[in-house]
Amino acid sequence: MKEVVLEVKNLKTHFRTRKGIVKAVDGVSFKVHKGETFALVGESGCGKSVTCMTIMGLIGRKKNEVVEGDIFFKGRNITNISKEERRKLRGKNMSIIFQDPMTSLNPVYTVGTQIAEMPIIHEGKSQSKAKEIAVNMLKKVGIPSPDKRVDEYPHQFSGGMRQRGVIGMSLACNPELLIADEPTTALDVTIQAQILELLRKLKEDTESAIIMITHDLGVVAEVSDSVGVMYAGTLVEKALVKELFKKPLHPYTKGLLKSIPKPGSKERLTIIEGQPPDLHNAPKGCKFYPRCSYAMDKCREEMPKLIEIENGHKAACWLNEVNKNGK
Amino acid sequence: MENNILVEVKNLKKYFPVKSGILSRKKNYLKAVDGLNLKIYKGETIGLVGESGCGKSTTGRLILRLLEPTEGKIFFDGKEITDLDKNKLKSMRKDFQMVFQDPYACLNPRLSIKSIIEEPLKTHKYRPSERKKTVKDLLEKVGIPKSYMDRYPHEFSGGQRQRIGIARALALNPKFIVADEPVAALDVSIQAQILNLMSDLQDEYNLTYLFIAHDLSVVQYISDRIGVMYLGSLVELSESQELFDYTIHPYTRALLSAIPIPDPEIEKRQINLEGEIPSPINPPDGCRFHTRCPYAEEICREKRPEFREVKKEHYVACHLAEKFINKQNTEIR
Repeated sequence: MKEVVLEVKNLKTHFRTRKGIVKAVDGVSFKVHKGETFALVGESGCGKSVTCMTIMGLIGRKKNEVVEGDIFFKGRNITNISKEERRKLRGKNMSIIFQDPMTSLNPVYTVGTQIAEMPIIHEGKSQSKAKEIAVNMLKKVGIPSPDKRVDEYPHQFSGGMRQRGVIGMSLACNPELLIADEPTTALDVTIQAQILELLRKLKEDTESAIIMITHDLGVVAEVSDSVGVMYAGTLVEKALVKELFKKPLHPYTKGLLKSIPKPGSKERLTIIEGQPPDLHNAPKGCKFYPRCSYAMDKCREEMPKLIEIENGHKAACWLNEVNKNGK
Repeated sequence: MENNILVEVKNLKKYFPVKSGILSRKKNYLKAVDGLNLKIYKGETIGLVGESGCGKSTTGRLILRLLEPTEGKIFFDGKEITDLDKNKLKSMRKDFQMVFQDPYACLNPRLSIKSIIEEPLKTHKYRPSERKKTVKDLLEKVGIPKSYMDRYPHEFSGGQRQRIGIARALALNPKFIVADEPVAALDVSIQAQILNLMSDLQDEYNLTYLFIAHDLSVVQYISDRIGVMYLGSLVELSESQELFDYTIHPYTRALLSAIPIPDPEIEKRQINLEGEIPSPINPPDGCRFHTRCPYAEEICREKRPEFREVKKEHYVACHLAEKFINKQNTEIR
């Protein structure tokens, strides 16, 4: 097995609000290896973005934000390091691509300046050298005539090109960990295909570890090596991508896979009844039980742990335990 | 077959004027819809797909006369509605309604959902007792408990709000509904609920849908026929299974191959389109797609292809259509 780039242990991110505590992330653990693409899937509000913002250190400094658990970056615990040390990591060793390319670029600076910022700050490169790097990055992400485009402003770029620009920026210092938070959600399918292809190629070239956040199971199947499925702040299932699609073990994953229309099939969709719980007062026990058709008494009482069921395939569901013991 | 046509659109055009500067005299136009012909049969669901800015939403709004067409004719149930005046249009509108994309923006936050659903009934002068009964029935139909009638939109989740939007559209018992990206803002598990609800309601009320979406797998699930739009006009239209199996237009091929398939075992050949959609203010001459088309020839640059029936019930706008006809898709599946 390759070097572990990131390890998250029992991560909890809670927000204190007027209505009470919101447990946005409630005990999530996973590892990401070098050259691996790990996808975090789930519906809106399940805590996938908050998990990654916490890893990046973008959440946890304010009074109403409580972070527990440990985050190890290449073996070093970075959960409670100082602001300055965080800054040294961010952009250089780990970087993030946000969902909306329209708002993640500063409209009053040229795209080139924004990319060049990274090597200037982190590697002490000169202006001219940094610009050269910026041109190279734009070329690498497939922007035509990069030497001209480098001096243009974000509004002169189209949506897909902006996202390429942002990817170029995040890769300017060759980070070991790249977090992509719904990088293609705001884009059209043909542009999405281009961006996914680009991410795949970059991963091969640079061997970065990638955490891909998405709600689209199609995207998961196309780009990732392993997957974690999140529901209401917890990981309910974790497996290699082929395993997960072939043999989903958690009822939520099963339901999710059945509820997406498949190209070329008109079979009636099976639906998951109800909707995700309000995180202000999430149910005790398994968070999925109100929507689960297999719910037992135990599910109402006690929260199942994410345990290994068979060779690396993990699920958090009492049902699997019953099946196991039954054998 | 001809008697079964509910909506017919002939050479529909919508040009939006674009200001290009204080001093410039020449007006530019954004050609959102540029020569669209379409027949919609009774009881069918027709899907319109295309990338953002291709004119699919504008088309939906034009058909409902929410926008005034620049050119072209619209027929509804055999009657021309292109030039109907306000009053006549108002009474016609009972028959065609719309479901909007954003369930957060399309409901008035100050009205209870009862008043929201009741509003079209009030406009058309239904009696209060009748209104109350209809609202109750509708809520039940779309799966929202009657007891929630006096609640306000903010108390509902996205999926529930979309159900309320659907109930409102159904209030006047319409024949035709334009659904503009009704599930785009929803999560997958909720999306499936709404899609199933829509097809159940269609069976029950014998509705005809124009279903606008950018997600091809959703469209093919719900539609009987699919029209693919590119830069303001249809490039391909056929029965939905046919479109998936025997794609003709190179753009449709590329679009289909770009959908991420939720199955990691599938090795698919992806056709990556170069570049992006040209601006509709200054669309390319000849075939609109020639700038990105891998097969473009001389004729494509010069002449705009006609939208013609190349196979039974399979329409394509491509000079080279004969080259791709009856070729089974190998890129997908």
